[in-house]
Amino acid sequence: MQTIQYIIKRVILALVSLFAIVTMTFFLMNLMPGDPFMSEKASEESRAILIAKYGLDQPVYVQYGRYLKNLAKGDMGTSYVLQKGRDVSQIITESFQTSMKLGIRALILAVIVGIILGCVSGLNKDKLPDSIIRIVTSIGISMPGYVIASILMLVLAVRLGILPVSFNRPGGAVMPIIVLATYPTCYLARLTRASILEVMNQDYLRTERAKGMSELVVVFVHALKNSLIPVITYLGPLTASILTGGFVAESVFNVPGLGRYFVSSISSRDYTMIMGITIFYSALIVFMNLLCDILYKIVDPRIKFD
Amino acid sequence: MRVNMLSLQNKVSPEDFAPLGDDCFQEEALDTEEIGYWKASWERLRANRIAMTALVFIVILMFFAFLGPKLSPYTYDQQVRGDEAMWPCFKHPFGTDRLGRDILVRCMIGTRISLIVGMVSAVIVMIVGSIYGAISGLIGGKTDIIMMRVVDIVYSVPEILLIVVIKLIISEPLDALINTVPAFKGLQKVGSGLIAIFIVYGCLYWVGMARIVRGQILQLKNLDFVTAAQALGCSRGRMIREHLLPNCIGQLVATAMLQIPSAIFTEAFLSYLGIGVSAPLASLGSLTSESLNGFSSYPYRLIFPAVLISLIILSFNLFGDGLRDALDPKMKK
Repeated sequence: MQTIQYIIKRVILALVSLFAIVTMTFFLMNLMPGDPFMSEKASEESRAILIAKYGLDQPVYVQYGRYLKNLAKGDMGTSYVLQKGRDVSQIITESFQTSMKLGIRALILAVIVGIILGCVSGLNKDKLPDSIIRIVTSIGISMPGYVIASILMLVLAVRLGILPVSFNRPGGAVMPIIVLATYPTCYLARLTRASILEVMNQDYLRTERAKGMSELVVVFVHALKNSLIPVITYLGPLTASILTGGFVAESVFNVPGLGRYFVSSISSRDYTMIMGITIFYSALIVFMNLLCDILYKIVDPRIKFD
Repeated sequence: MRVNMLSLQNKVSPEDFAPLGDDCFQEEALDTEEIGYWKASWERLRANRIAMTALVFIVILMFFAFLGPKLSPYTYDQQVRGDEAMWPCFKHPFGTDRLGRDILVRCMIGTRISLIVGMVSAVIVMIVGSIYGAISGLIGGKTDIIMMRVVDIVYSVPEILLIVVIKLIISEPLDALINTVPAFKGLQKVGSGLIAIFIVYGCLYWVGMARIVRGQILQLKNLDFVTAAQALGCSRGRMIREHLLPNCIGQLVATAMLQIPSAIFTEAFLSYLGIGVSAPLASLGSLTSESLNGFSSYPYRLIFPAVLISLIILSFNLFGDGLRDALDPKMKK
């Protein structure tokens, strides 16, 4: 009962957050200088006609009301500039599929490699493997995505010619996936290591050992289970950031994903696209965090519902 | 004095109750030299070799960024005729770009911008976040709930999107302000691009800090010294300033320090996209993106800024970790 109450409360809060973000973005967006048709090589007159056609000459709050009304019906409008006339929701679904395929593979890679590295490091504290993993992961979280992308491109594609530069060729997805996965892998490894070190000192593990359990059982059955709890909390923001943060990887490797619309929609003042992407991304972030918080409480009964 | 044979009492003599001489306190004081919080932290930090190495690197980077350009014969926007697209050599240790600009000086300026961005935004985040978090934690109740919902909302904003939007909105008015109002003339050198970035950080990045400070305040709030201060009629503002914040200063500094790398990340990323600092000013991000044209023939243009920015972030990360462990040993993982 308590769980259901908590979930309902959190879902309502998430919806409120989402609404606030939509509202904030809408008004901020309209504060930007310029309009969607400023780059058209058209006369003032035809520009005015275009602006009137989309109702952009009306007061902002009227436009906002209309947008919300359409949104409630599931209509995000059509793109003004980038893919003129096409449904925003259609563009997003289509291009997000590409981003998601990359993102999920990167996520799986990061989780598996990150947790394994973290375990190896944590269980061999202060020995050689630990030192190596700590150095590598420290460097890994210090390299901006575009640096990794550029260096991979230079070494693997241009110098050695192992992988294709273009995304469409076979193997073209390898480099974007590595770029996406590097930071979360290193972060997860550090997180897992810290968490394992904390758990290993706890009394219940000493009890297990005193009972004569083998070290394998102690580590893999008892220690790992509890030390992965903080990792779960990180998975929500991680999934959201991998799925939304593909901008660098996508722009460097020319991936036809959603990330490339990220900045171009803003610079071309494609209002409906900006709103569509904002809503989509924030919904993703908000609900991933929500899911994780709920999962966290279910996995770890020690955490109280508040 | 009669002594009961079965008594467990110690045998005492009147001398035991004689006042002690002054010298015995001095003796005790000798081996328990009082170590203050900052000194103890410094000792812990100094024992951490990794953190100290990182600190040395940070100092070297600062010299590189702030003194370097003064020692160089070139300026960051000077186009040396006849030296276009040179490989690293004695005259230009990092080589030159297509326009004949010395990459070493441009990297120094880029490093300077990264360092400034990192440190200024850490200060902004520290001020905004700690005040917000302290107020929310201390007042509690409905105010706390509302303030924390606001934090939740800001937390789930797609930040890059909002940064770009805010930057576009404030750039123009900011430019006008800087160029017309004489009081802001001094900011001209910094450029509206950079100031816009600071404002955006101030709007978005304080939430993590606010959460941490609030958590700390909630813990401190129930301690006796706060009740005592309240009983003595301490106002809320004074309570925050004089009692609560100084008690979580360690966490404040450590969190702010770890904020620096992420601020540098974002600035480099924005400049990489071409919406950070404005040309001809160089940032490590814009240097990297410039180098992408024809980087197969001129890899050095990519390598130097890329290595520099990674080095900066690595140093701050390692030093931040060490500082956190030193300032707050309880937090150590």
